[in-house]
Amino acid sequence: MNTFQFDTSSLLLAMPEIFLLSAIVVILLLDLFLTKPFKQVTYYLTQISLFITGILAFNLIGHPETIIFSNSFVLDDMASVFKVFMMGAAMVAMVYSRHYLTQHSLFQGEYFVLVMLSILGMMVMVSGYSLLTLYLGLEILSLSLYTLIAIARNRANAVEAALKYFVLGAIASGLLLYGMSMVYGISGSLNISEIATFANSATLASRETLILNFGLVFLVIGIAFKLGAVPFHMWVPDVYQGAPTSVTMFISTVPKLAAVAMLVRLLIDGLGAMQPYWSDLFMVLAVLSIALGSVVALMQTNIKRMLAYSTISHIGFVLLGFATGVISGYGAAVFYILVYVLMSLAAFGVIILLNKKGFEADSISDYKGLSSHSPWFALVMLAIMLSMAGVPPFIGFYAKLFILQQVISAGMLTVAIIAVVFAVISAYYYLQIIKSMYFEDADNDKAVVSAPMDMQLVLSINAILILVVGIFPDFWMKLALSLF
Amino acid sequence: MDAVYGRQATTRDLIMESTLLSLLIWLPIFGGGLLILLGNERVTTARWVGLAISILVFVMSLSLWTGFDSSTHLMQFVEKSTWISQFNIHYHLGVDGISMPLIILTTFTTILVIGAGWEVIKKRPAHYIAAFLMMEGLIIGVFSSLDAILFYAFWEASLIPMLLIVGIWGGDNRVYAAIKFFLYTFLGSVFMLVSLIYMYNKGGSFSILDMHNLSLSATEQAWIFWAFFMAFAVKVPMFPVHTWLPDAHVQAPTGGSVILAAIMLKMGGYGFFRFSLPITPDASLQFSEVIIILSLIAIVYIGFVALVQRDMKKLIAYSSISHMGFVTLGVFALFLAYQPDNPEGALLGLEGAMVQMISHGFISAAMFLVVGVLYDRLHSREISTYGGVINSMPKFTGFAVLFAMANAGLPGTSGFVGEFMVILGAVQANIWYAVLAATTLIVGAAYTLWMVKRVFWGKITNPAVATLSDINTREFFILAILALAVLMMGLYPQPVIDAIHTSVNHLLQQALTSKL
Repeated sequence: MNTFQFDTSSLLLAMPEIFLLSAIVVILLLDLFLTKPFKQVTYYLTQISLFITGILAFNLIGHPETIIFSNSFVLDDMASVFKVFMMGAAMVAMVYSRHYLTQHSLFQGEYFVLVMLSILGMMVMVSGYSLLTLYLGLEILSLSLYTLIAIARNRANAVEAALKYFVLGAIASGLLLYGMSMVYGISGSLNISEIATFANSATLASRETLILNFGLVFLVIGIAFKLGAVPFHMWVPDVYQGAPTSVTMFISTVPKLAAVAMLVRLLIDGLGAMQPYWSDLFMVLAVLSIALGSVVALMQTNIKRMLAYSTISHIGFVLLGFATGVISGYGAAVFYILVYVLMSLAAFGVIILLNKKGFEADSISDYKGLSSHSPWFALVMLAIMLSMAGVPPFIGFYAKLFILQQVISAGMLTVAIIAVVFAVISAYYYLQIIKSMYFEDADNDKAVVSAPMDMQLVLSINAILILVVGIFPDFWMKLALSLF
Repeated sequence: MDAVYGRQATTRDLIMESTLLSLLIWLPIFGGGLLILLGNERVTTARWVGLAISILVFVMSLSLWTGFDSSTHLMQFVEKSTWISQFNIHYHLGVDGISMPLIILTTFTTILVIGAGWEVIKKRPAHYIAAFLMMEGLIIGVFSSLDAILFYAFWEASLIPMLLIVGIWGGDNRVYAAIKFFLYTFLGSVFMLVSLIYMYNKGGSFSILDMHNLSLSATEQAWIFWAFFMAFAVKVPMFPVHTWLPDAHVQAPTGGSVILAAIMLKMGGYGFFRFSLPITPDASLQFSEVIIILSLIAIVYIGFVALVQRDMKKLIAYSSISHMGFVTLGVFALFLAYQPDNPEGALLGLEGAMVQMISHGFISAAMFLVVGVLYDRLHSREISTYGGVINSMPKFTGFAVLFAMANAGLPGTSGFVGEFMVILGAVQANIWYAVLAATTLIVGAAYTLWMVKRVFWGKITNPAVATLSDINTREFFILAILALAVLMMGLYPQPVIDAIHTSVNHLLQQALTSKL
């Protein structure tokens, strides 16, 4: 074992994480001393901290790949770009959250601190270059999320969701850790690049391959759990429905980026040599996720549950990109997950927008007649739903196009056909929302928008991006490809 | 340039030449966006803005006709710039003799639709006009895209306004009809997308013209052919995937029915022209008999189905399916009709299909507008509600009977020309095909004239009919313009045939050249 090297200049490369951690500590302490009228300060400080962290990460884009802290932390373009996107998404999510929290009397400083902590965990995951760092990041993330879900502690279903997420999340972590221990046991290293060298060596004994394969299966299961891919999806709908909507929005967006980053670190950077094995596993997970996500969503009457199944089906498409086993396929998958985060944020944004004091607009029938009293936000939701269904010119279409192109190019025509057929089936439930908004009249005036201007503005920009990036997707596709 | 305009080209011509198609596409789309922002309160402004934009677009589209060089099959008014460089996707527009008339048909019909909805639409009138303007731009995009992904984007995006038109402004069962329409056509199209991507992976280009030259094996062609068939047959619609059409038509507002019948169905026919024949010529040859038989079923069987309808809109919807059967018949009969020493028969069928598409655009628009006029007055589409309408609406009945005659294929109207040409082509293919197709002249006459008899002639049985007011100036104008178009096409179709001839002839050569 090498001794721990510490070089102060490498601190600069971890600047975003260090800054965010300091900010968390300061805000946590400060929040204790804020009296009720000044609680909003926490929110603004959070936004500022996230923004500065994003800027710090942005400045590191283009830095040549460097591995620091005794081979446990990597800084490359993928890490920096993902961090920037995470900060952006988190800031948007916080704008939406604030409205929700005030409406439901959940506005507490801890909420923002926990969110920042979970983001810190995700940043560690994105940059993790040893099995331990990755696991550490994952646990920082997960523990913060368990608590976040339970923040509405007097709501029975929120507590139930938190417990469910905790138990299943612990199992997932356990499986992941089990897989990691096997990989460590056989390769003798925690370091991703050393594992890669080991897996690549031509002189692997069959016993070693077998154990590596076993480890791989557990790693894939752990990742699939975290992403919510079928058949490890059981927690997704319940947690999505039970958690406070702002937390659901957060779970369904930013952590997915981190999980994808962890997938890249473990399976592509680390076990790239085993690609044929995990590709096949992903193929099965992807097809099952797309199929089940599309079909079961048809029967949902709760929009949060519907979006949960829709997420499962989107994750299927992402896994399909990774299953192709080529660089451009990985690029397509990353492009898809970025697009998904953009769409999912907006979708939950609309749900939160329609929240009123003590009333959650989470049933599909709550959207009845939205187009007559709030035509702009009905249009926004229309764009989001069509984008999720993969109808051009919205961004969701190009994400699917990119994936399908890679899948077909990899010779998996049948899988592509299965995917498009289920995409059509899933269009039906997106149409249900459009139907409620446009084709039906409101029962009463319960869907009137009362959100603050900043939220309305951010949500509008979010939706416009879904269209504009859809019309000009070139830059984003290139960006996603450049990360590999 | 000189050749195109036959005179010295000016800078203005050059600019027009290079941006005309973009203007035709984006002017109505942004105009529609403007109307959405304007909101539904300022109704009069919205109507006039909508009308002004649609007239402007129509006038501009006429320069496609006047500036068109019909001596070449090459694409004209071409615009090309990189769109998504990652996949070699271009913003590539251009027209030939096949797409140009369809674009003008689109711009022409849009004016009528906006006119027809003038005072009738009370619910969200500005959004109604906006939907049709956006629809217009998107459909022009479909007809002028030379890049497959651009084509697909316009093709799918045009579903969105139609979904909303049927779903918001439609009849009682509009939700079912709108969703059925969307899912049917969406399902058909995704297979087209898969085969387009497949060809891109093979040839490295999404350019439709490059795909025309892509060499494909017999198996590949067969798969791609059926994938295209799914997309285009649903749109045409062909038997047995036609069932969405009567639902959509019956529930759609008048304007929606007009656009659906006059233009959206043509997107399917256009797809056969632009994609199926040139990209998969061998598969088209191989499966031509299947398609011909499906077309004949559409012509004959659906004709009989039309005969028993009690709802006027349904009757016309079925009649639409039957008449569109001539388009697919004309297209696919060419393989059987072609004889090296006498290529005229095949060409006649193909040109007939093209003429039939344009003519059906006029006639179906007219028929749906006629029903719309009646529906606006009595809010019923049941044939039995009416009877003796001529007594209270003589001017209107004059137009209605003319259009009915055209629908039945009376010589002198546009309905005759296309069907006659297709039948002539079919005679060379197989005399029995021609005989079966020609029965439509009887069945079509039967259902159309029977409807005319029950609605317009005879005694007034329903007292409400006696109180009907005849068409006003606005309605008179709309119907008169269409009547003019139907008669001009019927009496002197030569300009249209001249414009399409070279392109169709080139397409025929492509279809007859084996790729194997």
